[in-house]
Amino acid sequence: MVPLSYYLVLSGFLFACGVTGFLIKRNIITIFMSIELMLNGVNLSFVAFAAQWHALAGQIFVFFVMVVAAAEAAVGLAIIIAVYRTRETLNIDQVNLLKL
Amino acid sequence: MLNLHLILFLAFGAVAVAGAVNLLAQTHPINSALSLIAVMAALAGEYLLLGAEFVAAVQVIVYAGAIMVLFVFTIMLLNAGVEERTQGSRVSVLLGIPGMLLGSILVAWVVLRHSGTEAVAVGSLPGDPKTIGQMLFHEFLLPFEITSVLILIAIMGAVVLASKPPSTPAAGLTREAE
Amino acid sequence: MPIWLYLLASVIKSAVVLGVLLTAVAYTVWLERKVVGRMQNRWGPTRVGPFGLLQPAADGIKFLFKEDLTPPHVYKPLYIAAPMIAVIFALTSIAVIPFGNAITIGGYSIPLQVTDVNTGLLLILGITSIGVYGVALAGWSSNNKYSLLGGLRASAQMVSYEISLGLSLVGVLIMSGSFSLRDIVMAQQGHFWGFIPRWNIFHGQFIGFFCYLMAAYAETNRIPFDLPEAETELVAGYHTEYSAMKFAMFFMAEYANMITVACLATLLFFGGWNGPIFGPPILQALLPVFWFAAKIFAFLFLYIWVRGTLPRFRYDQLMAFGWKFLLPLSLMNLIATAIAVAW
Repeated sequence: MVPLSYYLVLSGFLFACGVTGFLIKRNIITIFMSIELMLNGVNLSFVAFAAQWHALAGQIFVFFVMVVAAAEAAVGLAIIIAVYRTRETLNIDQVNLLKL
Repeated sequence: MLNLHLILFLAFGAVAVAGAVNLLAQTHPINSALSLIAVMAALAGEYLLLGAEFVAAVQVIVYAGAIMVLFVFTIMLLNAGVEERTQGSRVSVLLGIPGMLLGSILVAWVVLRHSGTEAVAVGSLPGDPKTIGQMLFHEFLLPFEITSVLILIAIMGAVVLASKPPSTPAAGLTREAE
Repeated sequence: MPIWLYLLASVIKSAVVLGVLLTAVAYTVWLERKVVGRMQNRWGPTRVGPFGLLQPAADGIKFLFKEDLTPPHVYKPLYIAAPMIAVIFALTSIAVIPFGNAITIGGYSIPLQVTDVNTGLLLILGITSIGVYGVALAGWSSNNKYSLLGGLRASAQMVSYEISLGLSLVGVLIMSGSFSLRDIVMAQQGHFWGFIPRWNIFHGQFIGFFCYLMAAYAETNRIPFDLPEAETELVAGYHTEYSAMKFAMFFMAEYANMITVACLATLLFFGGWNGPIFGPPILQALLPVFWFAAKIFAFLFLYIWVRGTLPRFRYDQLMAFGWKFLLPLSLMNLIATAIAVAW
């Protein structure tokens, strides 16, 4: 049998990979995908706790996280397309007009 | 104690970890996108192990089958290429990866040390569509309706943001005046 | 049933089902060429074997011997992986499709289905969603503007019509109360008034069937929705740069998708394997499979008939049809079914 902590460690590792990707990557789309990886790690945590405490609300919350992720992906990718149209680049270091 | 539950957990977990690390290691965004799809598929397997069959199916249909298609579309449309290494990215790799590794090892050690060994039994929580549907439409009706409004806003926002800007300034003014 | 016997039965069932499916794919190509030929007042294949029945074998040998060219400018990993993805996910959905009642061999009752998952319908929807990647990645990795446009168009079309596909199935779900395909077929047993079978299409799902059929034609990229891969548009769409075996894999994937769609339509709207059962027990065990195969054959004939008759949609007409007509129609079907069942 698998203890709950194994699921939590896996979820934490995925979240950590997501944060690392967010920090070290320079392509806007890859940064966005790291955000999705973070959300997936959190989803695993929710479902693991729902199974542990017999609370179905954990699985319901996963739905809402997925819906929010979908909405965020749609709007975020539209923003990325708009940024690409004006800046002609996907490198986040060059989207720095407000820098002093 | 080696049993099928642990073996399957380790198998799906290994695929998820490999996909996550590969997302960080690849330079071309399409490879990162495909690694993320592999992570999502492995997580769907993990959800099945936890008895959440409807959530696993929705993960594959919505997350891996629609959201990631959107990502792949954008990568194909914008013709994203291999990303370049700047000074900022080298510094962040040198500092970030050891830092994150240290942080996650710390968290893992705390979690593994302070938790019991009682196992999550397979199939103890019925995650079948009927029960989830009943909960979704009784206790969680208000969040459900609000998320539908959220999706509507996201659709409108995406359509407006990604549409082509008007070609002449006069056309832009008339669009704003409407 | 002991575990080793269960495993052995599963392996045998998978092998038989895959063998039958691949043969069916090959002979669906033969059927299409014959039927479309007859509709166009010509013979179709007649030379290779009686009635051209060995033509698929000849085509297979030709594909094996053709030069498998990999152009130098493609993105190799995805170029090689994309047809594999398309074929794997086209062949996987046959695993949850039930072909008949349980047969009894040696005292054990073996259901005629590789595995009965209790979210079988969701699994098929998920596999259909992942199948989009084969097309999109093929179009992109070919590094060719025609392939890219064809791949983008095809995947946008498939993603748009997936929604109507799913919604048209929910009407059936409301009436059967279960996602398991076997339960949905079991709910369609019996007759109305003695002679009309209790199939879902006669039980109020006629509009649902129409939506499902239109969405399925668009999902499988068949006429009238086959703009992304038509020969006169965009060279050949997403499989322009593919030759020999890889092209044959795309071809197989398309026909396997057709057969899966026909199986689903039979199970959900036409009562699956329900049909008149008579005769000795051996016949009683085989007749349901025969009725199932006959209904699938009728569907494939319908597919090919529509291919020979209708012109194809232009792309903007196609997307407008999917979003502005089919989606509201599926939603209204869902609401009407829900109200009718709640009463």
